[in-house]
Amino acid sequence: MKLPIFLDNHSTTPMDPRVLEAMLPYFVEKFGNAASRNHAFGWEAEEAVEQARKQLAKLINADAKEIVFTSGATESDNLALKGVLEMYREKGTHIITSSTEHRAVLDTAKSLEAKGLATVTYLPVDKHGMVNPDDVRNAITDKTILISVMLANNEIGTINPVAEIGKIAKAKGVLFHCDATQGVGKIPVDVQAMGIDLMSFSAHKIYGPKGVGALYVRKKNPRVRLVPQMDGGGHERGMRSGTLPVPLIVGFGKACELCGAEMATEAPRIAAMRDRLQTAIMNALEESYLNGHPTERLPGNLNISFAYVEGESLLMGMKDIALSSGSACTSATLEPSYVLRALGVGTELAHSSIRFGLGRFNTDEEIDYAIKKVIEVVTRLREMSPLYEMAKEGIDLKSVQWAAH
Amino acid sequence: MAYSDKVVDHFNNPRNMGSFGKDEEGVGTGMVGAPECGDVMKLQIKVQNDRIVDAKFKTFGCGSAIASSSLATEWLKGKTIEEAEQIKNTDIVQELNLPPVKIHCSVLAEDAIKAALADYQKKAGSKTGTGSAQ
Repeated sequence: MKLPIFLDNHSTTPMDPRVLEAMLPYFVEKFGNAASRNHAFGWEAEEAVEQARKQLAKLINADAKEIVFTSGATESDNLALKGVLEMYREKGTHIITSSTEHRAVLDTAKSLEAKGLATVTYLPVDKHGMVNPDDVRNAITDKTILISVMLANNEIGTINPVAEIGKIAKAKGVLFHCDATQGVGKIPVDVQAMGIDLMSFSAHKIYGPKGVGALYVRKKNPRVRLVPQMDGGGHERGMRSGTLPVPLIVGFGKACELCGAEMATEAPRIAAMRDRLQTAIMNALEESYLNGHPTERLPGNLNISFAYVEGESLLMGMKDIALSSGSACTSATLEPSYVLRALGVGTELAHSSIRFGLGRFNTDEEIDYAIKKVIEVVTRLREMSPLYEMAKEGIDLKSVQWAAH
Repeated sequence: MAYSDKVVDHFNNPRNMGSFGKDEEGVGTGMVGAPECGDVMKLQIKVQNDRIVDAKFKTFGCGSAIASSSLATEWLKGKTIEEAEQIKNTDIVQELNLPPVKIHCSVLAEDAIKAALADYQKKAGSKTGTGSAQ
């Protein structure tokens, strides 16, 4: 076993060697511009791009013509929200989204709001982080043009009832955008069955290369139109100009093909490792709390709060395991995770949370190591924690007058 | 964020971690911070003949907060009350090479020292009758 161990597969994933192999010919040998219509170099590149487009489309049950390549899911989210708003603003300027979306959606919505271009409703989530479809229905007005709700959350892994939301959107004639960055390739995604009109996803979360993503844009029932946010040569049916990064796109395609072929065996294998990690840690450590939905959750996700210990010190104690914390000090913002806060997790428990993200290349041996290390470090830090000591003495920490600073 | 070697050392080998008994003679306790802010420090001193003979800490917080309080206990031992009052957060920042985002950890440690000294003086005062009545 090699240290450090990578258990942060929600942030990114290692590229699958089979993906790299597929990409390699497209750097030096087959370097053509897919938009060059007049020679073999261009045709070869175009053929590779169209092949990848089919591979992406197949994974999400779309038509290849409905795939728009972008630089990543952040760009896809921006294009979906801004592009739809600009195109349909005659019809209305109201957008509905949820409070636990990725910042690529939330900050885009806030920026549109700040510029006076849109009014936005941020729906709350339940204690497991799930959006209630009834809330979506109730928030729709005659000015609503877009609903944007994520498929699965990047911190807590909760999977939203997207198909139900899609049904409501269709019935009300409102477009439905779904940020599916964390879900595609991990759980079955079907844009038809889920009633999705626009969908963002990216390659590097599914063992593909960084720097390429896609926006699915529905062509039929309804035909979705967008105002491009990048002007130029009119690539991607005019929706996103810019020379296509052929090697990255080829890698994205291969990554999708592999996920489609292996999901049925891979998802249960990863979920079993995750469940083992969860059970072992939570059985050994009292007052550890699961964040996220107990069952409707991504197979590789585990987010736990350990009462009385602070997240950053936990990560520091486990420095040979790559993990992420929802705590203040690790981020530039010095605020605990807004996702955990939205679930109603208390600030002190939000400061005490750790996110494990398991993926394709994790092994049972690594999970054994992580279990041992987490238990050891949490136990040591609790010994060091005045809060733990007080709780053991029977003091109710909520009754203490803390001097907030 | 990379931690300085000294922060890592205090984090891995905390000095004087623990607590004195509540009713032990000559003990002053300072507890500062708040759980919702992500750090709470408890710092205790044990005083004999106006000199701090022992110090202990417990900290809920990031590595820099733990290191700041661990260092504070090291520095407190052997000092007189007057000397202890001179410890400044900037000394801690310098010793541990704390980056700007972690300066609040050193401030908290200074606050904890001051709170422990005040608590000791209050207890000592009420015992000898020279302190102000509370």
